[in-house]
Amino acid sequence: MSQPRTLVDKLWAAHEIVRREDGESLLWVDRHYVHEGSFHAFGKLAERGVPVAEPGLTFGVADHYVPTRGSRTDIANPEIARMVRQVEENTAKHNVKLFGLGDPRQGIVHVVGPEQGLTLPGLLIVCGDSHTSTHGALGAYAFGIGASEVAHVLMTQTIWQKKPKLMRVTVDGEAAPGISGKDIVLAIIAHIGTDGATGGALEFAGSAIRALSIEGRLTLCNMSIEAGARCGIVAPDETTFAYLKGRPYAPKGTDFDKAAEEWSAMTTDAGARFDKDVTLDAKAIAPIVTWGTSPEDALPIDASVPDPAREADEARAKYLRGALEYMGISPGKKLTDIAVDRVFIGSCTNSRIEDLRAAAAVLSGRTSKVPGLVSAGSTLIKQQAEQEGLDRIFRDAGLEWGESGCSMCVGINGDLVAPGERCASTTNRNFRGRQGPGARTHLMSPAMVAAAAVTGHLADVRPMLTGRKV
Amino acid sequence: MDKFSKLTGTACPINQPNLNTDQILPARYLKWTRAMGIGKVLFQDLRFDADGNEKPDFPINKPAWRNAKVVVGARNFGCGSSREAAVYALYDYGVRCVIAPSFGDIFSGNAVQNGLVTAIVTDDEAAEIMETLARTPELPVTVDLEQQTIVCGNKTYGFTIDPVRRMRLLNGWDDIALTESFRDRIASFKSSDRGKRPWAVPNTSA
Repeated sequence: MSQPRTLVDKLWAAHEIVRREDGESLLWVDRHYVHEGSFHAFGKLAERGVPVAEPGLTFGVADHYVPTRGSRTDIANPEIARMVRQVEENTAKHNVKLFGLGDPRQGIVHVVGPEQGLTLPGLLIVCGDSHTSTHGALGAYAFGIGASEVAHVLMTQTIWQKKPKLMRVTVDGEAAPGISGKDIVLAIIAHIGTDGATGGALEFAGSAIRALSIEGRLTLCNMSIEAGARCGIVAPDETTFAYLKGRPYAPKGTDFDKAAEEWSAMTTDAGARFDKDVTLDAKAIAPIVTWGTSPEDALPIDASVPDPAREADEARAKYLRGALEYMGISPGKKLTDIAVDRVFIGSCTNSRIEDLRAAAAVLSGRTSKVPGLVSAGSTLIKQQAEQEGLDRIFRDAGLEWGESGCSMCVGINGDLVAPGERCASTTNRNFRGRQGPGARTHLMSPAMVAAAAVTGHLADVRPMLTGRKV
Repeated sequence: MDKFSKLTGTACPINQPNLNTDQILPARYLKWTRAMGIGKVLFQDLRFDADGNEKPDFPINKPAWRNAKVVVGARNFGCGSSREAAVYALYDYGVRCVIAPSFGDIFSGNAVQNGLVTAIVTDDEAAEIMETLARTPELPVTVDLEQQTIVCGNKTYGFTIDPVRRMRLLNGWDDIALTESFRDRIASFKSSDRGKRPWAVPNTSA
């Protein structure tokens, strides 16, 4: 009998073209997503005068630089206009399909891929963006790569990789109402640390993971990279198939049924070995927010920020002092006493329809005490939200309803948090300067951002959900 | 890509865990090409205040470390965004090796593509090297990739690096040329795979 294998073992084997003696494998790439930042790689192609090897497996999206406000056809900032034009020119030149501005399917690459049914179980997916790990939510082996690797994939449709260490995080039990994929993943990162899974492949398992919607799983896998992992993955199941059925680029009719049958076998065999196994109890997870400058600086909302004076390890104490100073928070302060200056709902982590509904459920009939921006993950999601009247809820609460794009997550497009300002945000990174120089970012779920908006400070959303449909 | 075998130069300690690629190269410089001199804006927001004045406390601003060829970092150096331009910024500034207890995964992959060595030492060793450098900032450090050693003062430390990455750095190997030699294998994989996984091809009747 053959050895029991993990899901990642199976996907790896299906893509391995050749393995060198030194242990690196050349893997076939099923989908390659490119965006404005891929210009370095297209430049390398131009230098060599070579074409894109598989334009039919390559898809472009304009997301990082696109404006969320003002004209998108006549972009005011010439540098941003140039970046958007470059991806249009590069994809057109190489006959690569682009979901550009003006296309209703445009949005954030990690939202568009799943939404269009381009991301499927069993595929190997790469993109020059660390949050490519997102696509693992549908049972794909998906990871971010650098510009040189993007050029390599464009030229050969393959990539050299060394088989990663395998880690499994099992979350069992029933999560409390109001606890989302974001809370679960922040709890995991707080538990294992931002380098807890360095270079590894992270499989998420357990009843609490199975119970998550695809949107929740996308959030979970999106943040695998913040735990240091190369990729995160959830085995495909009926939830996955139901999500994919009817998506534009997914197989149709009996082809879909045949595919789904093969996808059903993409699970970890009983008894398969992982290099590391971690278990969390879903019942113990409360809404989580970050207080510091790393995603691992995450705590349940009813906690207080650490006090460096009570920290025995001097290096750790120094880190805490630095993080608190940057964040402008006094040691030991209760999280719920931290006032916010603005809110942001969006990014590839939390900008899907379910995320917008969760925030709207809290904001409905209430007013935000602070300004904020809501940016849907794609133009299609934006349209759907408008049909459902969610935009009205956000606007009535006093928030701005923008166009879709990466927006205030990385701030490349000019959507910035001002120096010293504090933002409750659904994004994935609270690094120093991430949302702009001197910006202070607290990561949390969309519902928790809505709670912060309504109260003007970090707040537990749970009491605010009483009597509401979530 | 330049080959790397051994170098001796000053080493700048930056004792910040989780020093991410946003801090190595802030997002607003991602529009820049290398030809624009991306090394000038390495650590921009850590090096300069809002008015563009140097922050004297940031290590690479100290006279002894201005021309550092080596950076000594804390755990999880280069985590975060996949931006390869963070590696370009370090390399174009003149840094050829980063020593740290652990690295962001994509960062170390990007480093090897550009001839930058990522040398892994233990937490204690990194702390000890930083302490030595704090006492004697001008002390040159020697990094020997062949031997996998770091000489700092009168102490020699071993370091680890992925053996494949080490080979590539020592030889200055380019992936593309190597992959080209497998062209036939790729073509035969593709044709047999299309039969096995017809669903893997996007349905373009969309």
